[in-house]
Amino acid sequence: MSETLIISILAASITAGTPILFAALGELIAERSGIMNLGVDGMMLVGAVTGFMITVNTGNPWFGVGMALAAGGLLALIHAYLTVTLRANQVVSGLALTLFGSGLSDYLGKAYVGMRAEHTFGKLPIPGLSDIPIIGPVVFKQDILVYISYVLVAATAFYLYKTRAGLFLRALGENPAAVDSVGINVFRLRYFYVMIGGALAGLGGAYLSLAYAPSWLENMTAGRGWIAVALVIFAIWDPWRALAGSYLFGGVDALGFHLQVIGLPISIFILNMLPYIFTILVLILVLIRKGGRLASPQALGVPYDREER
Amino acid sequence: MEVTPLIRMSNIVKRFPGVVANDQVNLDLYAGQIHALLGENGSGKSTLMSILSGLYRPTEGNIEILGEEKKIDSPSDALANGIGMVHQHFKLIESFTVAENIALSQTSGSVLISEEEIVEEITRLGKKYGLFVDPRAYVWQLSVGEKQRVEILRMLYNDSKVLILDEPTAVLTPQETRELFSNLRNMADNGCAVVFISHKLNEVEELADQITVLRNGRVTGSIGRSEINQARLIEMMIGRDIITAYEKSEPSDKEPVLVIDNISALNDMNTLGLDGITFKVRAGEIYGIAGVSGNGQRELAEVLAGLRHTLSGSIKFYGEEIAGLSPKGMIGRGISYVPEDRLGMGLVPKLNSCDNVILKEYGSEKFSKGHFLKRDAAIAETQRIVREFDVKMGSIFQPVKMMSGGNLQKLLLGREIASKPKLMIVLYPVRGLDIGAIESVHKLLLQMKENNTAIILVSEELEEIAKLADRVGVIFNGKILGEFPVKEMDTEKIGALMAGIVGNGGAKA
Amino acid sequence: MKIRLEKSLAQNKTSQILVPVIAVFMALLFCGVFLAVTGRDPFEVYQAMFAGALGSEYGISETLVKMIPLALCGLGIAVAFRMQIWNIGAEGQFYMGACGATWVPLTFPNLPFVVMIPFMIFMAALGGGLWGLLAGWFKTKWQVSETITTLMMNYIAILWVSYLVYGSWRDPKGLNFPLTAPFPDAALIPTFGALRVHYGIFAVLLLAVIFWLFFKGSKWGYETLVIGSNPVAARYAGMDIRKNVLLVMFISGAISGFAGMVEVSGIVGRLQPGISPGYGYTAISVAWLARLHPIAIVIVAFLFAIIHVGGFMIQTMGIPSAAATMLQGAILFFVVGSEILTQYEIKFSNKEEAQDE
Repeated sequence: MSETLIISILAASITAGTPILFAALGELIAERSGIMNLGVDGMMLVGAVTGFMITVNTGNPWFGVGMALAAGGLLALIHAYLTVTLRANQVVSGLALTLFGSGLSDYLGKAYVGMRAEHTFGKLPIPGLSDIPIIGPVVFKQDILVYISYVLVAATAFYLYKTRAGLFLRALGENPAAVDSVGINVFRLRYFYVMIGGALAGLGGAYLSLAYAPSWLENMTAGRGWIAVALVIFAIWDPWRALAGSYLFGGVDALGFHLQVIGLPISIFILNMLPYIFTILVLILVLIRKGGRLASPQALGVPYDREER
Repeated sequence: MEVTPLIRMSNIVKRFPGVVANDQVNLDLYAGQIHALLGENGSGKSTLMSILSGLYRPTEGNIEILGEEKKIDSPSDALANGIGMVHQHFKLIESFTVAENIALSQTSGSVLISEEEIVEEITRLGKKYGLFVDPRAYVWQLSVGEKQRVEILRMLYNDSKVLILDEPTAVLTPQETRELFSNLRNMADNGCAVVFISHKLNEVEELADQITVLRNGRVTGSIGRSEINQARLIEMMIGRDIITAYEKSEPSDKEPVLVIDNISALNDMNTLGLDGITFKVRAGEIYGIAGVSGNGQRELAEVLAGLRHTLSGSIKFYGEEIAGLSPKGMIGRGISYVPEDRLGMGLVPKLNSCDNVILKEYGSEKFSKGHFLKRDAAIAETQRIVREFDVKMGSIFQPVKMMSGGNLQKLLLGREIASKPKLMIVLYPVRGLDIGAIESVHKLLLQMKENNTAIILVSEELEEIAKLADRVGVIFNGKILGEFPVKEMDTEKIGALMAGIVGNGGAKA
Repeated sequence: MKIRLEKSLAQNKTSQILVPVIAVFMALLFCGVFLAVTGRDPFEVYQAMFAGALGSEYGISETLVKMIPLALCGLGIAVAFRMQIWNIGAEGQFYMGACGATWVPLTFPNLPFVVMIPFMIFMAALGGGLWGLLAGWFKTKWQVSETITTLMMNYIAILWVSYLVYGSWRDPKGLNFPLTAPFPDAALIPTFGALRVHYGIFAVLLLAVIFWLFFKGSKWGYETLVIGSNPVAARYAGMDIRKNVLLVMFISGAISGFAGMVEVSGIVGRLQPGISPGYGYTAISVAWLARLHPIAIVIVAFLFAIIHVGGFMIQTMGIPSAAATMLQGAILFFVVGSEILTQYEIKFSNKEEAQDE
């Protein structure tokens, strides 16, 4: 295998992994606050279509990105209302939103299928850094959204582990009663984090339609939103592991394309199964190791009901 | 020390629907003093401290802090005013470190959390008060005693001057208790006011500078260290009610059908809930177990119901060793458990009465045929139970959670009695019931006794035990400390045992 | 005047039926707004949808065709949900069932109809059932959330079918398309004349009734109800929770697997990728909306099928069929959101309530 091929695959891993990374970061944040959002795929789709539509109509991809964030966030607002205020079942609510989001994006994007956006995000090599052998072209010859994703991962990790607000976010998902008892509004915070989760999912979708493809196609996430959900668990709710996992999953994508060239005798389908199998295995391993508890945020999926006091 | 009290609670009244938990309670707390609140369950001591720590608001009365009247509307309010409480069930986040848990108590402050600073402060406090915990350890790795220390450190970290501890020794080993006591003395010496809620007399005697006793929501007395007199304290705690035992049939002299021998078991906090408990029960006998709740009663019942493993010891029922059997096994041998948690365990709230009546016996020939349930049989049996036990409800097809407490208990008991058990263990059967219901339930239990069922009656009400039981065992810290026929029952003796005093005056349990 | 939501203890029958119906109307309203905003007349659209789905023999037939897998998967899902086991793997169990069913004619192409079909059903139920059982086993052994495992296993199953169909199961005479050989006639479920509706519809009705009876009156139905409702009481009563989790996951998977067989044998006639346009997921909505009641599941499946087929039909009006998906999603989240109303009562009071804690 030639060096160029390796570089090509690695770089493609990052590009393919980035939309998943955005969505996974968002989901990670939401789940840390205690709310499971299975509507990620739907939010990615509305983000993708919104980003594309706005970009085509305004010629400015940054507007597109902005609106994609808003679209994802809005959809997440519905989920937040249902699950936080109305205490509805989080699994089904998320599914409903994926269903709705996919229909909505399809509906809105019908007219835009096959169109080309004039201004999308192209590769932006960082001078100097992109000349480092091997790492350079892989890490630093990406588009600006990828660079943003690097920063975002670091920022999320910093927020979670080093700031007071981050501590409370983590506590929200473990024991909302403890947070409530120090006088913090659990409900408002959860709304906030769930919407951030949706916005980031929207951003992940926008990446697909504005950088990765770039174009709009119905159902263009091809289930990546679900991979993001799996990834959060695989990453055991940690941003850096989510980064690694996204590129791993992206790598599977990238490898798939290059399989014939490499001559690996694995069927592309089996290859694509691996991330899901790994996720299950990781989850089991973590649960065995920590004796059944403490792997996931303890309050995840349980609506907070103050009456219990 | 005769300054303005750090805390003065005046004329505190707290009413809940149907009960007055605190009735004109006055309490003064001074800095440098360890003040014990002594009383049984239901005496109002926990409620009073819940008010002070911001969980409840008083119906009447006020609180002064250093002479100034203050309103404490929430736990964070209390903490801001320097009042902190350590509850029996810790409010720690297991997957966080000690430092993170303590940091969680401060909502304002720097944006960034400096772990080093917190660790430093915790270490400093630890040295000062003798509370040693590794600040970087994860809470799930800590022992119960260490977790308690974290809770205390949390209060100290927030400059709490008033430290309230609710039954802190319930979960500690004797060694840890020693350490806790010396820590508390340390804190008092450093200017804090420590409040220590307990029902254990010997601990209170050892530790407290001032003891206030509550009974039925009222203060029955408050004495200083120099005036401590055990008999007086017991009287204040339990009262001098004259207990009259009912006339009931003589207990048979037959061989015991249930022999519990040296059973030990863990409780939910993974400390020893049952500590070599030993006693026997005969058929047709009601064996009353008296004691403040939380001393192993529930664990004992769960062991007999097959819901809890035993660590050691043996249980023989009609000659057969049954320790460790599954719930199905116990039920199959005619052992019935009437839990204190009626709607949480004994019944299924969403289901109707018929569905609840068949809960344990749905698989038997009585209620099923092949794969299907005999609905009519279930309905008939339910109607019979409703009639016979005078259970009042809207309809037998309504979810049982709509029923009142008394009727729920009657339904539950009715079901258990209808299954004709050979042994029944029943916990706090009349808790929360009105007089009429109490009488009915008592009659039912006596009836079962006539039917030769062996009954273990766990209760906090000495009167109830006197009325119903043939023999009484007093449970304390997972052991039966003393046992005697009901005829020889004596408030003083029992009160002492319930508070952990064995023998005459002062020896530690 | 104060309006308060108070937790009500009663769950009256009227509210249980009324609330989902209201939710459907609200969803129609909500999507109607979207339609109007994008320049369509919602009434016209809805009318066309219903007319398209029910207005012709062809339409009704298509609607029934879509209803069958939805109803079957819905029943399977209800079995699990009833016990509060969140099996969202119906899609994967469907695929595994289709896979198991296909194996039979591919391996034994000359079996007679009376042997072939039951054998296919057996293998499909086994395939879906084992797939579900695996997730159940993870749950009982390691407390792994069934929501996540079944979700992952959906993807694995779908890929597995693709793997087979692109690989060893590919029809050598199929011009390299990813399809298996067409099933022999003996492996096909008969249809009603020239229409596509097949006898699978009898299975739907039969299973709905069987499950209804079992849920209401069987020992096992009772056990699952108690376990799902209050596991503490279930343990107290001596019920074997572990065994029931495994059993329920197996049965749930088996029914969805059966749905896979029915689709592959009654409609498509061969195995190919994309054999399900998300039936397993839509069926979750169906089961939820029907509040897990077997008869209601059939009705709601029919409703969703109407929306689906109607959505297809309105494409001639230039409206994307995606509108149908939107409507289905909206119905679900209105239902989900409205559930709180069945648990709470709206109380009006004219006086100030005493200070609460």
